[in-house]
Order: sequence, then C-alpha cells, then structure tokens
Amino acid sequence: MAARSQMALSLGFHIIFSCIGMVMPFFMAVSHFMWLRTGNPVYQNVTKAWSKGVAIFFATGAVSGTVLSFELGLLWPTFMKHAGPIFGMPFSLEGTAFFIEAIALGFFLYGWNRFNRWFHWFTGVVVGISGLASGILVVAANAWMNTPAGFDVVNGKYINIDPIKAMFNPAWFSQALHMSIAAFAATGFAVAGVHALMVMRKQNVNFHLRAFKIAAIFGVVAAILQPLSGDISAKMVAKTQPAKLAAMEAHFVTRPYTPLIIGGIPDVKNKKVDYAIELPGLLSFMVHDDFKTPVTGLDKIPEKDQPPVAVVHYAFQLMVALGMLMMALGLLYLIAIWKKRSWFGKRWFLKLFIWATPIGFIAVEAGWTVTEVGRQPWIIQGVMRTADAVTPMPGVAYSFYLFTAVYFTLSIAVIFLLYRQIKMVPVIYDKETPKPVSA
Amino acid sequence: MIYVVIIFLWVALLLYLVMGGADFGAGIIEMFTSDKNKSRTRRIMYNAIGPIWEANHMWLIIAIVILFVGFPVIYATMSTYLHIPLIIMLMGIIARGTALTFRNYDAVHDNMQKVYNKIFVYSSFITPLFLGIIAGSTVSGRVDPQATNFMDAYIYSWLNWFSVAIGFFTVALCGFLAAIYLIGETQDDTERKRFIRKARLMNVAAVAAGSVVFIASVKENIPLVQWVFGSIIGVVAVSAATVSLIALWYLIAKGKRFIIRVLAGFQVTMILITTTYKHYPNIIILKNGGHLSLIAHQGAEKAIQMLGAALLTGSVFILPALIYLVWSFQYKPGQTDNETGGH
Repeated sequence: MAARSQMALSLGFHIIFSCIGMVMPFFMAVSHFMWLRTGNPVYQNVTKAWSKGVAIFFATGAVSGTVLSFELGLLWPTFMKHAGPIFGMPFSLEGTAFFIEAIALGFFLYGWNRFNRWFHWFTGVVVGISGLASGILVVAANAWMNTPAGFDVVNGKYINIDPIKAMFNPAWFSQALHMSIAAFAATGFAVAGVHALMVMRKQNVNFHLRAFKIAAIFGVVAAILQPLSGDISAKMVAKTQPAKLAAMEAHFVTRPYTPLIIGGIPDVKNKKVDYAIELPGLLSFMVHDDFKTPVTGLDKIPEKDQPPVAVVHYAFQLMVALGMLMMALGLLYLIAIWKKRSWFGKRWFLKLFIWATPIGFIAVEAGWTVTEVGRQPWIIQGVMRTADAVTPMPGVAYSFYLFTAVYFTLSIAVIFLLYRQIKMVPVIYDKETPKPVSA
Repeated sequence: MIYVVIIFLWVALLLYLVMGGADFGAGIIEMFTSDKNKSRTRRIMYNAIGPIWEANHMWLIIAIVILFVGFPVIYATMSTYLHIPLIIMLMGIIARGTALTFRNYDAVHDNMQKVYNKIFVYSSFITPLFLGIIAGSTVSGRVDPQATNFMDAYIYSWLNWFSVAIGFFTVALCGFLAAIYLIGETQDDTERKRFIRKARLMNVAAVAAGSVVFIASVKENIPLVQWVFGSIIGVVAVSAATVSLIALWYLIAKGKRFIIRVLAGFQVTMILITTTYKHYPNIIILKNGGHLSLIAHQGAEKAIQMLGAALLTGSVFILPALIYLVWSFQYKPGQTDNETGGH
C-alpha cells in the first residue's frame, strides 16, 4: 500500500511537471515565431519569460523522471524483472527523445544572439517536439500495462517477447492521444489563467494579454477536441478492460439498454447507485453504437478482480465534468474571437479564465486516477497482480514519507519561483509602462 | 547485439562518470572554496556547465534504461538490495538538479540564494558518494539474496569499509575532474592558480581514498588486487593512468587547456577499465559466491536486439547534436558571455 501510494504520488507530481515542461515550449515557439515575424519586442519578452518557466519545469520534470525510472525497480522489482524487457522499447526511445530535448534546451536557453535566429527558433521547436514524443512514449508504456501485448505467459515464464508489438499495444494510440490533448488543455488553461490574473490587475497588460492569448488558444482548441479522443479511449477501455469501464460508470448490473450514469453515490454493498441521473441506452450506444447491446457490468467480473468502484467512479465523473467545463469555456473564447472582441478587456471574462487555472490539472489527475486505480488489482491487466509485484523490503512506508516531503517541498519551491518570476516581469521582461488594452 | 548493448552500458557509465562527474565535482570544488572566492568560482562554474549539465545527466538515465530493458534480473536485484543507497542518491539528484536550476532562475536575488547554494553543494557531495557506494557494493560480495534479517539484506549490503571507501574515491575523482575542467575555463591567472591548487588537493585525496579502498579490500577479502593486477590489461591500464597523470601535471604547468581535459578523461577511462575488466561479464557478486552476469542474465533475445537497434539509432541523432552543443559553447571562436546567466 505504501509502495502504491509512493508511486501514485511520484507520478502525480511528475505528470504536472512534465505536462507543463512538454507543452510550454510550444507556447514559447509560437511567441518566438511572432517576434521573428513582427519584430514586436513584447513577443521576445514573453518568449524569454516563458523559457525560464520551461527551464524550471524541465529540470523538475527531468529529476522526477529520473527518480521514477529508479522507483519502478525500487518499488516493483518483480514487475520490472518480467516487464522490463517487454515494455522497455518505449523507454529506450524515450531516453533518446529526452536526451535530444536536453540538448535542444541547452541550445535554446543559452543561444540568444549566438546563432542564426531561425536556427535558434528551431531548437526551441525541437524541445517541444522531443518533449511531446517522450510523453507519448511513456504513455505507450503505461498503455501496455492496461492492454498487455507482445508476449505469452507459459507456466509462469514470459516467452515469445516482441517489444515492437508491446509498444504498439492496442491502447497506445487512444491513451497517448487522450493524454497529449489533456496536457495541452491543462497547461493552456493554467498558463492562460495566470496571465489573465495579471491582465485583470492591470500590470503590464500588453505583455500579459499577448501571453494570455497564445496560451489560451492552445488550451481552447485542445479542450474542444478532447471529448472526441475521450470517446475513442472509452471504446478501447470497453473492449479491453470491461472492469475498468464498469467501475468508471459504477455500472453494477449487466442489462440491455445500458444507461449512462451521471453523478451519484455508488453503494457497493447493495450494488446500486444512489442519486444518479441515468440516461437509458446511452452507454450501450457510446460503446457499441446501438442502444440495445448490453455493456458488461460488475456482476460479470469476479469480486477479486474488481477495482475500487467508488474512487474510480468519482474520479471519472470529476474528469468528465471538468472537461465539459473547459470545453464550454473554449467555445466562449471562440465566440470572443469571432464576435465579441471587447470581452478580452472585461473582468467577468478574465475571471472565468482565472478560476479555470487549476481545473485542467485537476482533470488530468482525476483521469490518471481512473486509469491507474481502474486497473487494480492488476499491475499488468490480467497477467500480474500489484500485490505480487511489490518489493520485499520492509519499511517502504518511510520512503513514502520521505518522498512525500520531498515532492511537497519541490512543488512549493516551484510555485515560489514562478511567483517571483511573475512578480519580476515589470523589471526584467517588460520595462515599458503599462499600456491600456488595445488588442 | 548483446555486445553492442554492453558497450553502450559501459560507455554510458563512463560518460556519466566523466561528464556528470565533472558536474558534481564543480559543486565539490565550491564546497572547498573559501567564502570570499565562492561567488567567482560559482560564476566560472556556471558559465562552464550551464548549457550542458542537463545533457550530462542523461547518461545515467540511458544506463538505467539499458539495465532494466536488457538485464532485468540485475536491475531487480540491485534495486531490491541496494534500495537505501539508491534512494539517497536519488534524493541527491533531485536536490542538486533543482537547486542549480533554482539559483539561476530565481528572478529575485536575495537570501534564498544561500539556501540554494547550500543544498547544491551538499547534494553535489552526497550524490557521487552514494554512486560510488553503490558501485562498490555491486562487487563487494555483500549483496545477499538469502539474507534472513533486515540488516544483512538491506544495510550491510552496502555499508562496509570497501564500498564507503569507493564512495569517497568517487567524490575525490569528481572534484579532480572538475578542477581540471575549470582550469581551462578562466583566463585570469590567480583563478587558474586556485583551480590548480584544487586539482592537486583532489588528486591527493583520490590517491588517499584509493589506498583506503585497497586496504579495505584486503580487510574484507575482496580480490581487488587480483582484479587490478591479475591481468595484462589491468596492469597496462594502471601504468597508462600513472604515466598520463605525470604528463597531466607537466602540461598543466605548461598552461595547456584542451589536452589536460583529454588526459583527465583518459585516466577515468583507465580506472573504469581496470575495475571492470577482470570480473566482466559478472556485474554483481553475491555473498554466496555466485554472481549475476551480463551474459548469463541478459533479457530476452528480441528485447536485446531492439534495445541495441534503438541505442544505435539514438546515437545517430544524439552524438552529433551533443558534440555541436559542446563545441558551440566551449570552442566556437568569438563568443562573449551570454545574457541568460544572470540579470
């Protein structure tokens, strides 16, 4: 249990650090591009300010990633002994991508005025692309735990290992797509929210408004696309992990015209959901494209193979609700662009985005909970149980406390640094006096 | 393909020891620098390692990925029985990386800088110390899968004179590498002299720690002497290291910059050859006399093939980019200080 918590904690932090570290380079590259095209120094300042953010998040993402590559073995030696060679392919490629990212970042951060401007811009783009590639590869490895492929287990031995097949396991695409879009949405909204706050406070409005717009458009587009990838993911989960889907929906009894259950409190003992809204036939339709075909419920799954229903259900509902909220905000933003330009200066509009700052990441964490807790009691779906994979060393709880302390300190330090970066914008990045909004 | 993978593993370790080691060493040098010189040392150091330090630490990730993909049994054994030193090393890696980044990217320069500096300096010391302890433990014959109590299984596997001595040897080596590296980073004569003194100090420390390693190995019945001097390769490597050390000091006096770095790297290479050659392919030596071997305990054939292919493909992209990076910031003519370093 302590091992599980420690892993969850490490990944929970890593996911935030690395999402931001992976997506912000794209914002940076856009702003950099605008500067190179328009020559407007505000864009250069935004780029520089963001590059500091990227450096901070890259460093924390990199160290938390290094730690994770060890933790896999430190906490789950049995799992790694068998799984390492099978799902190691994406990790070895990820190592490469990560290396390239580190090199490109070196060029970018220290390359101002040293290189051809477009080469310098290009190194920034490479940071983004290789970061995204490593994200996709790591998610592909996680997808393998959900839909294991590329090996056979005969008498407890793992044979016929095919790392390529393992990497391109059934769920890799849907999961990687969903996660990548989520990273863009979450980071877009988070960064936009911070800049919106500064715009509302009338500090360096020109600077922050431009930054806000670049970040927001990424978040908006991603939030609007996300339900599509969610649908692809749900269909994949239905096919490969019926127990997970049933837990997500708190769907206890298999029956035709399976309803979509929204909200509610799952009552595991009596196998029902209280206070929920049920939309008959909708789940059947979403999974099978027709309203009648039943969707496997928890009654068809042996109790010892069931994940904790309540946690998965709540997390899933939370994720979907926040996703919908972001989509709504996204549509509002598009309306603002097309019809109501004046909204950008309005307090209520900015306030909405300020409130939305954390929701993307809350949704990411909720989604992560769904996929990880939803897979329990398995560490490799249908092949190895989590309990059989854990380290034999006693006292893992202490290392959990230690890591908890470290990650909290780290997060506080990062927030503190970002706060100081933002506070110093008028001094370092945008020395002009604040201008009235003129966008 | 297995040999390609083993070579990559060895080279990744070597590069981590040389590049990452010089990086850690920079912190160690800072630790042993008097307060009045600290900020100057820090500036020289940062200009030297700033652009490349992230890349230096990727070698460890490469090595660990090779281990768990290619040699899962070895990886699982190490991470079970050397759990505690690994955790401490990880803490060091976290603390060091973030402290270095934070002290450069904190927009406000105030007392927090002191906190970052402290963390940076201590973790620069602790990380290679435990890295060395882990390396020493793998061959110390104290790793004991049959152990029945906590102390034997998880503490004495790494807490012994031999491993700890290797830990300190590693620290001294890192400091030495960094000092040699930094000599070439400054034009100022007093600074240069200071780094030369540091290099001498670290050299003495490394020799001293090295002697303790040998004494400890005798005390703990580890056939180190036989590993080092029991083969032609070992003897040749040790002699080459000694000769190059003399050449190194001569060339430092002559004021050379590039060649002394090459020689320092060469020495580390020789040290790694002597310490790994004789018991290759055995990488972990167990208490019961058994061992885990890179050949006998390799992962599934197909996994090794793909890993080898991935490593070869990866190096096509990584190596040229890395070399260009180092060249751009170190040797490209006509460059002045960049503007990102501070405000």
